[in-house]
Amino acid sequence: MKYRDEYRTPDAARAYADAIARITTRPWTLMEVCGGQTHAIVRFGIDQLLPESVSLIHGPGCPVCVTPIAYIDKALAIASLPGAILCTFGDMLRVPGTNSDLSAARARGADVRVVYSPLEALTVARENPGHEVVFFAVGFETTAPANAMAVYQAEREGLGNFSVLVSQVLVPPAVRSLLERPGNRIDGFLAAGHVCAITGYEEYELIARRHRVPIVVTGFEPLDILEGVYRCVRQLEHGESSVENQYSRAVSRPGNRMAQQVMEAVFQVVPRQWRGMGHIPESGLGLAPAYRSLDAETRFGAVRDENEHQGECLSGSVLRGETRPDQCPAFGTRCTPEHSLGVTMVSEEGACAAYFRYRRQAGGSTRE
Amino acid sequence: MCLAVPGRLISIEGDDPLTRQGRVDFGGVVKSVNLAYVPDAQEDDYVLVHVGFAITVVDPREAERVFEYLETLEQEMDESTTGGPAAR
Ligand code: SF4
Repeated sequence: MKYRDEYRTPDAARAYADAIARITTRPWTLMEVCGGQTHAIVRFGIDQLLPESVSLIHGPGCPVCVTPIAYIDKALAIASLPGAILCTFGDMLRVPGTNSDLSAARARGADVRVVYSPLEALTVARENPGHEVVFFAVGFETTAPANAMAVYQAEREGLGNFSVLVSQVLVPPAVRSLLERPGNRIDGFLAAGHVCAITGYEEYELIARRHRVPIVVTGFEPLDILEGVYRCVRQLEHGESSVENQYSRAVSRPGNRMAQQVMEAVFQVVPRQWRGMGHIPESGLGLAPAYRSLDAETRFGAVRDENEHQGECLSGSVLRGETRPDQCPAFGTRCTPEHSLGVTMVSEEGACAAYFRYRRQAGGSTRE
Repeated sequence: MCLAVPGRLISIEGDDPLTRQGRVDFGGVVKSVNLAYVPDAQEDDYVLVHVGFAITVVDPREAERVFEYLETLEQEMDESTTGGPAAR
């Protein structure tokens, strides 16, 4: 496929890795924020190409993983109401709530439908006028404009049986929160390219300046990630801390203005609870007052923040980049995708799932 | 979940800026995609598609930059290892 395969050529990848090795004189720890990048890194063995002294740690970039259990419980409660239809992205089906998950609820007879696009949930609402149709709107900034458009169109059409359960989160506040944690090991960030395709990267310039960390907006293919690492390490070696845009074929500094306008009309910034990261001020999106009648929390009751009990699962620490999945004692033994103890193993994009899929045979080691 | 896949825009339908749809070819699989967020996209452009929406048009000039950047790095490396100008 064009704009994909050419960024996977092994020779070029090795050349980038050599270039990185050549400029690295000290140990550096870089965090990639996005779960899609984590998967590419583990799948293509990018971390194993890098010199010993450059470590990649995996951040909280999986919206499914950071959705608090209370939202899953709310979605389950809505799905169990007579006549309700709950529409969700497929990734959410197996995420555990307190006692069950959406896939089990569906097996018990609840009307839970998987949609590929939020606009399909609108179609479900149009076709089922006698039913309350609720879309579970999960995502980072990449998904927010699509979810916002569904709300915008529902309002415009006067689709009275449609509402959204919103669990939208924002990346920059999470990055700031990680950098403010005492003892964090993060020297630089690879920022998520598709998030920045929407938001641009002006906000990251403030973070880079304030916290003195280089941030490189990075794509998702192996060469993108290697170039992102190269640029980040080069800045660190020179004592610089600015924002660079590696993913310029898709990202501009101001971002997608059109998408931002619809997002800003439909949503407003709210405080949010993150699984594994706790409460972060101004880190989420909720519906703006003009759209509150389309809020599932208005119709079916508000979601309450709860303290989470993780048991032996270390996913909170995995999401903060403090524990590598294969360092968890339960990894691959008591915890597998079939019988998982935590959300980072359940979610396709979770770091534990990536290690399980691509690293199990390697004996659990991330280094050759 | 933030996966966005590049595909070629093969046709555009509709005038309403919010519901304008395009047919996008992903290496042989053709899907219908909402174009509200890429008002300037034209046929034959490559767009990145996420949950049924095109979120950006791929810039073909910038798409080459990764390789050009690598070439510069390799040249620098060669020069410094072979005692070229960069090695002083
Ligand atoms: S391997 Fe399983 S138990 Fe361990 S942190 Fe990951 S999800 Fe939790």
